[in-house]
Amino acid sequence: MNQRTTLTHLDWLEAEAIHIMREVAGQCSNPVLLFSGGKDSLCLLRLAEKAFRPGKFPFPLMHIDTGHNYIEVVNFRDQRAAELGERLIVRSVEDSMKRGTVVLKHEGESRNKHQSVTLLEAIEEFGFDACIGGARRDEEKARAKERIFSFRDEFGQWDPKNQRPELWSLYNARSHKGENIRAFPISNWTEMDVWQYIEREGLELPSIYFAHTRPIVMRQGAIVPVNVPLVSGEVANPSRPGEEIIDLQVRFRTVGDISCTAPVESDADNVSKIVLETATTTITERGATRLDDQTSDASMEQRKKEGYF
Amino acid sequence: MTTPQIEDHGLLRFLTCGSVDDGKSTLIGRLLFDTKTILADTLSAITRTSEKRGMGAVDLSLLTDGLQAEREQGITIDVAYRYFSTGTRKYIIADAPGHEQYTRNMVTAASTANLAIILIDARKGVLTQTRRHSKLAALVGIPHLIVAINKMDLADYSQETYERIKGEYLEFAAKVGIEDVRFIPLSALNGDMIVDRGDNLNWYEGPTLLEMLEVAPAAHTEHTEKFRFPVQYVCRPQDSANPDLHDYRGFMGRIEAGTIKVGDAVTVLPNGLTSTVKAIQIGGVDIPEAITEQSITILLADEIDTSRGDMIVKSSEVPAAVKQIEATVCWMAEAPMDRNRTYLIRHTTRDSKAKLAAIDHRLDVNTLEKVPAEKLAMNDIAQVTFKLAQPLFADPYLENRGTGAFIIIDESSNNTVGAGMIL
Repeated sequence: MNQRTTLTHLDWLEAEAIHIMREVAGQCSNPVLLFSGGKDSLCLLRLAEKAFRPGKFPFPLMHIDTGHNYIEVVNFRDQRAAELGERLIVRSVEDSMKRGTVVLKHEGESRNKHQSVTLLEAIEEFGFDACIGGARRDEEKARAKERIFSFRDEFGQWDPKNQRPELWSLYNARSHKGENIRAFPISNWTEMDVWQYIEREGLELPSIYFAHTRPIVMRQGAIVPVNVPLVSGEVANPSRPGEEIIDLQVRFRTVGDISCTAPVESDADNVSKIVLETATTTITERGATRLDDQTSDASMEQRKKEGYF
Repeated sequence: MTTPQIEDHGLLRFLTCGSVDDGKSTLIGRLLFDTKTILADTLSAITRTSEKRGMGAVDLSLLTDGLQAEREQGITIDVAYRYFSTGTRKYIIADAPGHEQYTRNMVTAASTANLAIILIDARKGVLTQTRRHSKLAALVGIPHLIVAINKMDLADYSQETYERIKGEYLEFAAKVGIEDVRFIPLSALNGDMIVDRGDNLNWYEGPTLLEMLEVAPAAHTEHTEKFRFPVQYVCRPQDSANPDLHDYRGFMGRIEAGTIKVGDAVTVLPNGLTSTVKAIQIGGVDIPEAITEQSITILLADEIDTSRGDMIVKSSEVPAAVKQIEATVCWMAEAPMDRNRTYLIRHTTRDSKAKLAAIDHRLDVNTLEKVPAEKLAMNDIAQVTFKLAQPLFADPYLENRGTGAFIIIDESSNNTVGAGMIL
C-alpha cells in the first residue's frame, strides 16, 4: 500500500505538465504540439499520452524542419509519430526559402533562426491559436522570466516587459484572432529532470544522444561535426580546406539544426550513464552545445522577440 | 508512482523577498553556487562581467540578472524562476524584485510558494519594507517564513545585533499575527550559514539556511483537506477502433486538495448528482487512489453529463455554491479597476462574469492600515465584494489555495488584470 502523502519531484513535475497540456486543450480551439524528435519534445509526447490516453491527442504534432537536421532524428520523429498513431505536420524552411520569405545572408548561414518565419507561416496556414513547446526556463537567462502561457502578438513577437501576470496554476490562454499562445509544460524542468524522466519512463531516443564515433573538426574550441549526410542526399557542414578531421566518440546533449548544435565528448552509451554525466558536468547545456547563443549575451532574447520559439 | 531509490523529499517552492541592497541576488547566487548548480561557462561569463564593471571579486548577484533591459538598467523588473537540487529535494526559487511594481510581483511569486525568505540588512534592522514583505507573504497564505539577517560580515558578526533585530521582528510579527517564523544570521557574500557554516558565526547553533529548506514541509502535507477536483477536460473516445472504449467517459483534472480512492462516493457540481468512483487512471492505466496535486482521470459508476468547469467533490464535503464573493484583491494592470465594467473571473477551471459591488477598504502596504478607497490602481491591495453571473464552488483561500484563488481578466484586451483570494 502506498502511504506517501507528497509526490516525488518527478511525479510533481509530471502532474504539473499534464495539467498545463489539459489547460491548452480545454481553453484553446486549435492547438498544435511542436515536435522535433529531440529529447524535450519526446518527453512532451509521453506527457501527452499520460494526459489524454486512452483518447487521441486533441492536437496534431508539427515540426519545422530546417532541412539541416540529423537523419537519425528525422527518422525517429516519423517513427515515433507513427507508433503513437498521431498526425504529424512537417513544414520546411526550404519551402519558405523557395517562396522568398526566408532569405539567407549567404549559403552557409544557419537556418535555425529562420524557423521563426516558417513557424509563423504554418500557424497562419492552419489557424493554430496555441503552440505547445518543450522550452525550459533553466536553458537560458531570457527564458527564466517567460510565462508558462506566453502571449505572442500578430507578428509572433514576445514582449518581455509586457507579459501577463501568471499566478497559482490559473493560466490565461485567451487570445484574439491572429494572436497566439505558446505553452511550455516543462518550463520548470531542468536538463537533469528531463534525463531522469527519460530513465524512469524508459523512453527511446534518437541514437545520436548516445556515445557514437563521428568525424569532427575543432573550430574555435568547439567540436564541430563535419560531412553530415542529410535526408536530401546532400552533405551538411563540409570540412574546410586545411582542417584536420578526427574520429571522436561524442554524444549530443541537445539536437537541433546541424549548423548550430555541437556534440560533447562522451562515452555515455545509455541513459543511466548520461544521468550520471549530467550530474557531474561542469558546462551548461547551451554553453556546451549551442553555437548560436554565444553570438551575444542577449541573443536568445532577441530571437524570441522576433517570434522564435 | 515512482519508488525513489534515494530518499526523495519532493519539491519545495519558495520565494525570496528583499531588495538588491539587502543582498537578495547575492543570496540566490550563493545558494546556486554552493549547491554546485552554477556551471563553469556561466561562471566564466559572470567573472568577465564582474571584471568589466571593475569589481574585485566575482559578483554572484549577476547570476540572477535576466533580461537585456534589466541588465542595462541594473534592476530586476519581473519575477524570475531559478532551480537547484540537493539530490534529495528539488527547489524552485521565485525571485521577486524588491523595487518597481513590488506588490504585483511579490504576490505573483508568492502565489506558488510554500515558504518565504525575508531578507534584512543587519546594519538596518526591521524596515518598512520588511514589514510590507512579511504582511504580503501572510496575506498570500505562505505558511512558513525564514527571516534571514544578512550582511552579518558588515555588523562584526555580532550576536547582539542579531538578537536585537530578532526581538524587533518578533514584536512586529505578534502584532500582525505571523506565527511560524525562524531566524538565521547570514553572510551571503562570504557564504556563512547558507550551505556551509563558515567560521564566523560560531555562536549560532541552529541549522544552516539549506538545512532549514531541506526539512521545510511541502504544501498539502500539513493538514487534511477536503477533496476538490475541477474538471479540465472530458475524454470520450467514442470513435475509437476499440469497442471497449465506446462508453468511456473520463473526467480529467488535477486534484486541488484532498485524496480520492476507487469506491468513494462523490457529487458532481453544479448539477448535484451523486455517483461512486469506478476507476482512477493516469494515461489510461488504473491506479487505486490519488493524492493532492496529481493529474488524473476519474471514471464514475453512473453516466453523468459533466464538462469543463464542473467540480467533483466527495459527497460528505460539498462546498457552497456562491454568487457573491468577498475577497482580497491585488490589482495588476496599468489602467485602474473600473467600477462600471464587467470583468471575467477565472476560478479553478470555471469562468464567470463579475461586477464589483463594493470596495470595503484598501490596505496601505506601508503602514498596514485599512483605508477607505474609491478606486483600485496598479499594486493596490483591497478587500472587495464581487457579484457573479455564475455560481462558484469556493473555499476560503487560507483553507485551500487551489479553490480559494481566482484571477481577473479584462475581456476586451484578454489581459490578466488582477488576482484575488476569497475570504
